[in-house]
Amino acid sequence: MAEHRGEVVVIGAGPAGIAAAERAAAYGRSVIVLDDNPEVGGQIWRGERERLTRGDVRWILGARVVDVVGERALLVEGTGGGAERVVFEHLVLATGARERFLPFPGWTLPGVTGAGGLQAMVKGGLPIEGKRVVIAGSGPLLLAVAAYLRGRGARIAYIAEQAPWRRLAGFSLHLLCSVEKLRQALALRVALAGVPYAASTWPLAAEGEGNLERAVLRTSRGTVRIGCDYLACGFGLVPNLELARLLNCDVRDGFVAVDEHQRTSCAGIFAAGEVTGIGGLDLSLLEGEIAGCAAAGHESDAHRLVAQRPAARRFASALAEAFALRGELKALPDAQTIVCRCEDVTYERLAEHTTSRSAKLHTRCGMGPCQGRVCGAAAEFLFGWTSDYARPPVFPTRIATLTAYHEVTT
Amino acid sequence: MPDTIALRVDGRAVDISAGSTVLAAVAIAGQQSCRRSVSGESRGPLCGMGICFECRVTIDGVQHRRACQMLCAPGMEVRTDG
Ligand SMILES: Cc1cc2nc3c(=O)[nH]c(=O)nc-3n(C[C@H](O)[C@H](O)[C@H](O)COP(=O)(O)OP(=O)(O)OC[C@H]3O[C@@H](n4cnc5c(N)ncnc54)[C@H](O)[C@@H]3O)c2cc1C
Ligand code: FES
Repeated sequence: MAEHRGEVVVIGAGPAGIAAAERAAAYGRSVIVLDDNPEVGGQIWRGERERLTRGDVRWILGARVVDVVGERALLVEGTGGGAERVVFEHLVLATGARERFLPFPGWTLPGVTGAGGLQAMVKGGLPIEGKRVVIAGSGPLLLAVAAYLRGRGARIAYIAEQAPWRRLAGFSLHLLCSVEKLRQALALRVALAGVPYAASTWPLAAEGEGNLERAVLRTSRGTVRIGCDYLACGFGLVPNLELARLLNCDVRDGFVAVDEHQRTSCAGIFAAGEVTGIGGLDLSLLEGEIAGCAAAGHESDAHRLVAQRPAARRFASALAEAFALRGELKALPDAQTIVCRCEDVTYERLAEHTTSRSAKLHTRCGMGPCQGRVCGAAAEFLFGWTSDYARPPVFPTRIATLTAYHEVTT
Repeated sequence: MPDTIALRVDGRAVDISAGSTVLAAVAIAGQQSCRRSVSGESRGPLCGMGICFECRVTIDGVQHRRACQMLCAPGMEVRTDG
């Protein structure tokens, strides 16, 4: 099995990972970045190679980190199926976040997608011109996605934000504190001129024969039905904690716990970006830089950057407060709504249990290939179940990868 | 690399620009769904980023490949089961 060694190894080629890698490389460290996407950029800069400006960094893409093997080594599976071992001295976890999806009747119909999810698909070449799209869920991501899709020729029929106007108004005041954020907000307004945007509005159902045909929305003025080709839903973001858990890094309030230099509770392991809290691009970049300095042993440079963090963090807490999910969304699924899409476990079957462990043992919820990445975040919201458990490998892995490692060690 | 790539989805010829995902090719072939769930529902892509496994297809005879994470290559044979 091939082996790579890096003084600093970064997992995740999103903004945080890129910033960390370029900083560490600038200090002359040998740096490797691993990411499971075929292109760099993470979620927001998907495929934008021009973001890589400086530095002598080794990018290993299409490479999924599936396990931790031994003291300081990772087991990596390539898209083509090959297995590699990556040995690190210092590790930066920049694994980012994913969308939270909530179940409602019809959400398993083809055509119902994530919001950031649909954007990612279009960035990957999915044709969207002329398609009618309803966007629903919560957070500023809905607007960013709407503007992007409209720019690619989609017809945005409706944007449904579950948060109430009162909260959104409070959040807008926060934008006034930053010229850049205000500029972005105004640009979105222009890009979305004429698109209906409603607060206190959420999806009740997706309808159609075989494929999605209509979105049913609850609005303050009653129920509306809107014909569409896509219903793109995202209810906020949740961190990708699986590797941090496998490495035994402390998790606090649902995120990887870090000190002011982005150090986790494990020596030599740092975390940056949305695994440590949902705070948007600026905070991810800043944390990445701090982690890059600290992982390269340049603590004083890291320290200089720390001063910029409180402002970025304030924005993060304003986000969390404004777009908190309302309790009514817990009532969206009916008894027959599938919650676990891998094993087709219905709401009714899950509701018989009081813990995720019991549900897992009796219904197989969370035991399918997504390993609970979709239903786990939904069940956390619906039933208050938390799971602090990560089982290796963190992604379904080919037997050949696991046996290749076994041959090396025995 | 050529600008366009020719491949087949469920036997149908698809020409697609280089750098596109297999998921995009499936959509261009007119297919909204990728797989059948354990209870037989047809399912299409959800997350677009490799975590939900709803976009699984068979590529060149290898099952369970996530279409959203794979780039198209010339001559690929893609099969959906939706
Ligand atoms: C689907 C989606 C779309 C978004 N779109 C926008 C947008 O349009 N505008 C905006 O302002 N914000 C957007 N955001 C928010 C944005 O992601 C953050 O603001 C910021 O990009 C986070 O940066 P990051 O570096 O922390 O993580 P990310 O950009 O999420 O990068 C993390 C990377 O780590 C990789 N990774 C995770 N686990 C592993 C593993 N085990 N092995 C290998 N690689 C791994 C991931 O594939 C990913 O590429 C989006 C978020 C999501 C989830
Ligand atoms: S669409 Fe979710 S894994 Fe491909």
